[in-house]
Amino acid sequence: MTAEFAGNQLLIEVLYLVASVLFILSLKWLSAPSTARHGVLAGEIGMVLAIAGTLLHHGIVDYKWIAIALVIGSGIGVPLGLVQMTAVPQRTALSHAFGALCVTLVGTSEFYLRTPEVPPFMMAVLSMEVILASLTFTGSLMAAGKLQEVLPQRPITYKGQNFVNLGVLAVAIVVAVYLVLHPGARELFPVLIVVPLIFGVLMIVPIGGADMPTVISLLNSYAGLSAAAMGFVLNSKLLIIAGALDGSSGFILSVIMSKAMNRSFTNVLFGAFGQVQAAAAGGKEERIVRSATADEAAGILAAANRVVVVPGYGMAVAQAQHKVRELFDALTKKGVDVRFAIHPVAGRMPGHMNVLLAEADIPYDKLMEMDDINGDFPQTDVALIIGANDVTNPAARTDQSSPIFGMPILDVDKARTVMVIKRSMNPGFAGIDNPLYYLDRTLMLFGDAKSFVNGIVHELAGNSH
Amino acid sequence: MGSTLIDGLFVFMLAGFIGFEVIRRVSPLLHTPLMSLTNALDAIAVVGAIVLVGEHKSNLSFILGVIAVIAATSNVVGGFLITDRMLKMFKTSRPTKP
Repeated sequence: MTAEFAGNQLLIEVLYLVASVLFILSLKWLSAPSTARHGVLAGEIGMVLAIAGTLLHHGIVDYKWIAIALVIGSGIGVPLGLVQMTAVPQRTALSHAFGALCVTLVGTSEFYLRTPEVPPFMMAVLSMEVILASLTFTGSLMAAGKLQEVLPQRPITYKGQNFVNLGVLAVAIVVAVYLVLHPGARELFPVLIVVPLIFGVLMIVPIGGADMPTVISLLNSYAGLSAAAMGFVLNSKLLIIAGALDGSSGFILSVIMSKAMNRSFTNVLFGAFGQVQAAAAGGKEERIVRSATADEAAGILAAANRVVVVPGYGMAVAQAQHKVRELFDALTKKGVDVRFAIHPVAGRMPGHMNVLLAEADIPYDKLMEMDDINGDFPQTDVALIIGANDVTNPAARTDQSSPIFGMPILDVDKARTVMVIKRSMNPGFAGIDNPLYYLDRTLMLFGDAKSFVNGIVHELAGNSH
Repeated sequence: MGSTLIDGLFVFMLAGFIGFEVIRRVSPLLHTPLMSLTNALDAIAVVGAIVLVGEHKSNLSFILGVIAVIAATSNVVGGFLITDRMLKMFKTSRPTKP
């Protein structure tokens, strides 16, 4: 009996070890598009082995409910895996919420199973696990709500907001410290959940749509760290590894996104973008804007040698990616070199534009990163901007009073002709005026992105006859 | 207790470094699939929840465990599914090696 038990335990540990290796390989293979799908397979096999190993665990007596929960979870997971590509940001936020929910519930159960005999270090890690996971849960739900436009997207700010938020978080930390010293105080534990749940909501209230890429990455990092903390509580090295991988991934992405907006983490979380520009927007004189029709735009594009398309969130909203693909085909057929310039924070999550354009069958070698394409704009005949605004705003280079001053931008204003597809002259989401629109070389193409691109495609087809 | 804690910290530190080195190399092209894949892998937290359900030590831990298994499993299934769907879409215009 003892030998069999020990053998079982060894088998479980070996399965976990293999799963850890597969998880690391999974991320390694994701580094290039050619091997990326092997990465998914490796992750799936690792997951199956880990779950199989867990089911061998000697203390497990109830398999029925495990099976029922696995089936229900899969039933929810399949539709979440089949959402439209434009809905991927809110789906991602929602899955951060689910992950955090799992960690919160497991942490809560572990506390009530172990109290009052919880060693100080264990209690400290357990508190960290529950605090991080609870705030990630509501924070991610709020982010998903804003992205799905169930909640108002505009940042909501008020005086003393940062003070209130930090105060709320401080309450949770004080209670955590008390519990470390008195782990028998079981009636205090709910505070460690409820207060961070409130903090999660307050944290996302001042966040606007343009900050979503950073915030989603940050929540991703929190979700990973809370899972790693859970690994310490359960003494599971597999969980520590998976949590550390997820945590570092989210952290790296947050750093990349913050850099791409020239802002610090604290500024994203405590800076509430929306407020600043109200002051900057005053004292605007009437300036001349030149506009063009689809017919004229098609003529200029057909005569060009090199065209760079700059997509932004507006393209996603208008679901214009498939029409953009038709434009890409039509121009490529005429011998025009068409490429796409992707700003790191274009869209609502890291890599959002790449996925949408890939969905529309645009080859990924035509999708250029900002640093790789910026040097090519002076040799570009037409820069066509579809639904992007702040990432093309030259004020970021020159105007020190601009709230986005210092943010790296796509140098579209260096192209010979700039075309901007836009609904109206209203400033974009962040409310910042864009001097690009008043340049002599700029033509405004007013209209819905999808129907305007469609118009250009029709004109191009007409000209070829 | 003390040594398992230190073991855990070593594992965390090493995994963190591996994470940084591996993920730094992921092309920005694939940042969205990266996030959905790490999300699916992170749902390995399901193993902790499975043990809670299976051991049925208290009614509270059992009920919370069932909900936790459901939440994590939906991430496992949904995360892998959507990552694979996204990666399938990335095609190159250059001829690919067989």
